[in-house]
Amino acid sequence: MRAARHWSVRHSRGLMRAYRLVEAALIFVRPVARRIRGHSLERPVVLLERGVKGFLFDCTMCGQCALSHTGMSCPMNCPKSLRNGPCGGVRPNGNCEVKPDMRCVWVEAWAGAQAMADPEAILAVQRPVNHSAVGSSSWLRVADDGSSGTLWMHVRSEADKDSP
Amino acid sequence: MSRGEDAFDAAEPLPPRPGHSSNGRLERVLRSGRFAVTAELNPPDSADPRDVYERAMVLSEVCDAINATDASGANVHMSSIGISALLARAGYAAVMQVSCRDRNRIAIQGDVLGAAAMGVSNVLCLTGDGVQVGDQPDAKPVFDLDSISLLETLRQMRDQGKFLSGRAITAPPNIFLGAAANPFVPPYDFRPLRLAKKVAAGAQFIQTNYCFDMPAFEQFMAKVRELGAHERCFILAGVGPLASARAARWMRSNVPGIHIPDATIARLEGAQDQKREGRKLCTELIQQIREIEGVAGVHVMAYRQEELVASIVEDSGVLRDRRLKAQAGTAGRRGDRRGAAAPDREGGNSQNEN
Repeated sequence: MRAARHWSVRHSRGLMRAYRLVEAALIFVRPVARRIRGHSLERPVVLLERGVKGFLFDCTMCGQCALSHTGMSCPMNCPKSLRNGPCGGVRPNGNCEVKPDMRCVWVEAWAGAQAMADPEAILAVQRPVNHSAVGSSSWLRVADDGSSGTLWMHVRSEADKDSP
Repeated sequence: MSRGEDAFDAAEPLPPRPGHSSNGRLERVLRSGRFAVTAELNPPDSADPRDVYERAMVLSEVCDAINATDASGANVHMSSIGISALLARAGYAAVMQVSCRDRNRIAIQGDVLGAAAMGVSNVLCLTGDGVQVGDQPDAKPVFDLDSISLLETLRQMRDQGKFLSGRAITAPPNIFLGAAANPFVPPYDFRPLRLAKKVAAGAQFIQTNYCFDMPAFEQFMAKVRELGAHERCFILAGVGPLASARAARWMRSNVPGIHIPDATIARLEGAQDQKREGRKLCTELIQQIREIEGVAGVHVMAYRQEELVASIVEDSGVLRDRRLKAQAGTAGRRGDRRGAAAPDREGGNSQNEN
């Protein structure tokens, strides 16, 4: 469903607004989310999430959604599953190095990010994928933890601060 | 003259100097404000260490560090950790390239500890070319980390003494961390920011892809300077001799991420001796790059033309001011590590200041 995926990037700003509403609702249902997360009741939530996000973003259910930082272009569709930006192999026409007929996921992400309320979000460093969470619900994770927990949290040492 | 300091580190580790991350020569040259030269060693398809040393010797007289590629182009060759360890053992400064394509986080973290234990001071964090371009396109692409999460991981190992899992490392690796940048592919506006993102993730030096398009590179550097990223890392611009117009065309269409302007190819085509013209062009590019504010050195990638590197760097003149007065006569002798690329240039000789 590349057509839907491209539509989503073009409408990243609106989708982000919609997502913020969903996020607020999710936090509202936190007690419920906490109870069903990791149990058999998570299954219907996963199916719903897969259906919605699968249609809109070609979501692969990595379980740690980063869409709000990637201009609504799912980084898991990158053949190298890059979470932090484009590789150096992007073709001059903006297509993927690995799949020459596909638009680079990160060329899309960059375009989508420009339209979003926080265009700097794409610069935040994403943690590597937690493969034990693949297939789980990112919505329940957000509801339970308050965020999808994908960003790298820094504990800087003193030496690290001022020098390259 | 002091002995080869990387070999010394391997045998008897000392803590890095204050403000330094590694004991390596590359970091010291860069931090001393000198124009640095690194070069890529084409990895052999053999198990014979002499194949590494023969190539290293050709490069070493003009290089501050030698890059050991990690199955670049997704072709199998001798591993980067193997080459880096061989180089360190012989007193050369190696830049161990680590690609995320072939190994997961468990393998990579272990390899970096092993490499540091064997005296490797520099690690270049790369995403890696896709497996489809190489000689084994049926291989499983790993990509467990990406170049930026790899940088964060290695910085955490070094500065916090912890693996990605949080488990403690008893002796953290003293490594100088690098990353790559390709200013010449889309999304163009993102590229300078991506460099800054890599710096924020721990990159201390950057080696760029081949720069043939100077106006595009100048534009990129202007944006990098605007972001102030050039003050937080050392940027080495990638250069290399083109063997012929045909070779340039082939590279452009078969090697991912290579941008060669039509004008460059036309210039080669119009030359009587294309190989010579390619070499001359490379020398000129180094001279132009040297004048760009925020560039700290060049990275020479001479694919299967290593024998040209020394003369290209010599002709460019970038090392001329760095040469010690007393050694001006002997420098340039093949394999002489005390030549132009003397291991110890802290001797207080004013001639070697840039």
